[in-house]
Amino acid sequence: MMTNNITNDTIFTKQRIINLAIIITAIWFTHFAQVTFDEYTVRIINNVAIFVILAVSYNLINGVTGQFSLEPNGFVAIGAYVTAILLVDAEGMLYQYDIEDPYPWVLALQTNFLWALILSGTISALLALSLSFPVFRVRGDYLAIVTLGFGFIIRILAINSPEITNGSLGINDIPEYSNLYWTGGIAIFTVLAILNIIYSKFGRAMKAVRDDEDAATAMGINTFKVKTLAFTTSAFFEGVGGGLLAALLTSISPDLFTFFLTFQLLIIIVLGGLGSTTGAILGTIFVMAGLEWMRFLDEPMDFMGIQTDAMPGMRMVVFSLILIVVMLFAREGLMGKKELKDLFKKKKANK
Amino acid sequence: MDILIFMQQMVNGFSLGSMYALIAIGYTMVYGVLRLINFAHGDIMMVGAFLGYTFMEIFGLSFPVTVLLAVVISGLFGMFMDRIAYKPLREAPKISLLITAIGISFFLENAFTVFAGGVPRAFPVPEYMENIFNVAGVTFSVASIMVPIVTLVLLLGILYVLYKTKYGMAIRALSFDIKTVNLMGIDANTIIGLVFALGSGLAAVGGIFWAVNYPSVEPMMGVLVGLKAFAAAVVGGIGSVTGAVLGGFIIGFTEVVVIAFFPEMGGYKDAFAFIFLILVLLFKPTGIMGEDLEKSRF
Repeated sequence: MMTNNITNDTIFTKQRIINLAIIITAIWFTHFAQVTFDEYTVRIINNVAIFVILAVSYNLINGVTGQFSLEPNGFVAIGAYVTAILLVDAEGMLYQYDIEDPYPWVLALQTNFLWALILSGTISALLALSLSFPVFRVRGDYLAIVTLGFGFIIRILAINSPEITNGSLGINDIPEYSNLYWTGGIAIFTVLAILNIIYSKFGRAMKAVRDDEDAATAMGINTFKVKTLAFTTSAFFEGVGGGLLAALLTSISPDLFTFFLTFQLLIIIVLGGLGSTTGAILGTIFVMAGLEWMRFLDEPMDFMGIQTDAMPGMRMVVFSLILIVVMLFAREGLMGKKELKDLFKKKKANK
Repeated sequence: MDILIFMQQMVNGFSLGSMYALIAIGYTMVYGVLRLINFAHGDIMMVGAFLGYTFMEIFGLSFPVTVLLAVVISGLFGMFMDRIAYKPLREAPKISLLITAIGISFFLENAFTVFAGGVPRAFPVPEYMENIFNVAGVTFSVASIMVPIVTLVLLLGILYVLYKTKYGMAIRALSFDIKTVNLMGIDANTIIGLVFALGSGLAAVGGIFWAVNYPSVEPMMGVLVGLKAFAAAVVGGIGSVTGAVLGGFIIGFTEVVVIAFFPEMGGYKDAFAFIFLILVLLFKPTGIMGEDLEKSRF
């Protein structure tokens, strides 16, 4: 009895120790990977870390709040462009802006990497906020189509305003600031921040909106506010992720941010289990590995003596089939709505 | 502004608007019965255009026969799609249905890219359609006259089916309450299949006309057109067939007129439909002709 009370009162509950251990392991792994692994492996882990940021934040609006949105490519594009414009100096811009001369303010804007990322996130979040007014005033149905259209518009704007974005040529020679300390560090921060939101008052309201919007309204939840909060938060982190991506790839162009990016993230969160942050992280690892592995599908094959031609895009066909099959037969995905700690609980109960 | 140029643009706007309208009808009907934004609808239009290409270029059939066959096959394909992908999810949360829809859309686009090639193919437009005649200085091509007329006939046909036949009555009943319709002894799934067939057939007509006007077919042609047609359906009032046609004409006219008068905005022409969509959602979410669908179901 006595011991029970003590363990409940102390800040070091078993759950917290496990959480802390996971966080420390993640931080240690980030450092370890940056120092030990070769360039190729580090690059892949960088990519995975960025996609963890994107998937976990995308999951917040799609999985946790249950509002089907197709926004990531738009906000990632904005984040990437903001970061690129803020990082490339005036000299570099004048050198590569061939179509039109850049506006003076585009030349003048110059910050360090941290501010570039913060601004990327903030601008994405502000745009998300302004989109949520028309969309969430009606039921969330239109969110999907408005965000899908938004992704197209961002591309059209990027192509048609060469004074800012260098048009279809894109921006090159972005300083390569992204390393594992940045991507891994921000990925850990994002996961913690999103988990904190999910377990807060707002997170419970989001789940209520997902499970039964009418009931949530009846309980006094301001569904407009909750949906807007979820949408804006995920836009913020997608913007930051876009900034990291720009500083990792060092060159960006409008073609980088097509709907395919969104589709990849959608498969990640569906496969991992809509609504589960653990699932989103696992899904990222599976899908990124799967995409690398399935490269053979796009290449010429010797299938049972029949020689096929190279089929670029075959991977996408397979991936869309996987998405449909998962939706039809295994809607829960890998994790369902469970998190890591729910798995521990279940084990205990079974014993 | 020259009145002749104005008339000329009116003709073009009518033609473009008709094509949006044909596709928007399918969106609005499916949304009416299932409350589902059928993302794959734009790609069914692409499938229809490819069917048209196949029948004319490879089998050498005449245009009317091609259209008829493409409509029937696309209609069956729409029903099949509903049976395979949407029917098992009737009781599932709506987000599952939407994800499946986007999956099918992506699947069709990529499967056609892999197996038919991503390069645009020239559509074999029948020669008599390219004939141009001149009425008081305004030039018409046969196609630009035929498209609005066929659209009008099809619209009347759909309205007849919806309001004068038993099937139409069942469709309208479905948009109020699926469960009660089942209790009345109507097989809801058959009727939903019928809705998909009608919508997909019209999309195929739209696709073939599109291919005639911009004489090429390619796997991604349905994406933007589908998006704009959906915007048209919302502008007209989602759930209403006449509204969808009206919305299609509004968006078609806007695109043509703005580009004619402000050529420097040409790069942004694909954005207009989207801006319309946002404005309608802000100021009149039910659209021009629409009723509040949320109220009618609960």
